[in-house]
Amino acid sequence: MATISPSFLRLPAAANPQPGPGARALSVLDLIGNTPLLEISRLTAGLLRPGVRIFAKLEGFNPGGSVKDRAVRKMIEVGLASGLLQPGKTIIDSTSGNTGIALAMVGSALGYPVELVMASNVSQERKRIIAAFGAKVVFSDPLEGSDGAILRCRELIARDPQRYFKPDQYNNEANPQAHFETTGPEIWHQTGGAISHFIAGIGTSGTLMGTGRYLKTRDAAIQVIAAEPADAMHGLEGLKHMASSIVPGIYHEDQIDRKVPVETEDAYDMVYALGQVEGLLVGQSSGAAMVAALKVARELRQGCVVTVFPDLGDKYLSTNLWIGWKAWTPLKLKRLLEKL
Amino acid sequence: MPVRVRVPTPLRKFTAGAGEIGAAGANLKDVIEDLERNHPGLRERLLDENGQIRRFVNIYLNGDDVRFLDQLNSPVKDGDDISIVPAIAGGR
Repeated sequence: MATISPSFLRLPAAANPQPGPGARALSVLDLIGNTPLLEISRLTAGLLRPGVRIFAKLEGFNPGGSVKDRAVRKMIEVGLASGLLQPGKTIIDSTSGNTGIALAMVGSALGYPVELVMASNVSQERKRIIAAFGAKVVFSDPLEGSDGAILRCRELIARDPQRYFKPDQYNNEANPQAHFETTGPEIWHQTGGAISHFIAGIGTSGTLMGTGRYLKTRDAAIQVIAAEPADAMHGLEGLKHMASSIVPGIYHEDQIDRKVPVETEDAYDMVYALGQVEGLLVGQSSGAAMVAALKVARELRQGCVVTVFPDLGDKYLSTNLWIGWKAWTPLKLKRLLEKL
Repeated sequence: MPVRVRVPTPLRKFTAGAGEIGAAGANLKDVIEDLERNHPGLRERLLDENGQIRRFVNIYLNGDDVRFLDQLNSPVKDGDDISIVPAIAGGR
């Protein structure tokens, strides 16, 4: 296992090959990626062995506010290069939120109309953000979840196939490729090659597949671990319980070393803890990632655990995530940790 | 069938695949107990260890979120329509 260099957080800025904050850009698309890596230190104080650290890649710092900016930029780039997306076409997809926001943003920046199919119970904030980028929203039955949105989207395309370009994040290899080309190298660089465990939630599985694949090319011993909802009935927006879902075509279970099940309520409690202990307001998928990262890190004698926080929390303030936050106390964090 | 209950996909393994089932009870709590008798495992998916509706579960009585009614004590009458909806599920 790689040892951790205590100096890797002090790498000179020149070692970073990409433009940092403050660089001039021609398009919002140029601002995607190169997100910060934050050590989660206050919340983990006294909980981990001295040689173990946890870092979170803060994808909420992308211009569209989530990790999905990366996959969407790549899928649109590949669509344009292949000719499948060309002037006159409308970009369409099924999405419960962040991919929709990213598609709406990228479509707007490039001048393409966007239509998005989503279950009608996605958060108000997301619907409004998407509308603000000028995209059209089509609602599907909330009882059918994201699988219902996928099927409804297929129906719309079948009616007028020539009209649409569907990036199809679940089956488009450009999705994991974006992470192979950007997220993976960034994490490798930001940890000075010290990363030993990579943990990400699985929705489409693009982040986990692409980043994991890249990291394994640098060090085959790096463990690639999926954080997954513990049950089919869950409230972890953005994540999929694979055994009970339509399995994405880009998902290859044989490329994962391990899966860590996460209870929805534990992830919600972790979101409250990150806000009140770490000064970081994130969404529930970040809470789930942190629960899984802590579980793995607590088993280690030495290691550099990196996880992905897919977005920030401001989009969820009106959602179920915040039911019960007033009852949260640091004691709940202690109980959660005892359970891990 | 006094009350009609709409069941989301992730819970249909408890209802032999049915998306709609019948149940009885004077209030929501009774209805959930009745569901549990006929479809064991459902209650635990809906209620937490303190017997409260799980944070990520939304239950609608005739279209109204029961959190804005009387929660589990919301009265239920014949012909009412109950929908169980997960806060959200699935890929983004």
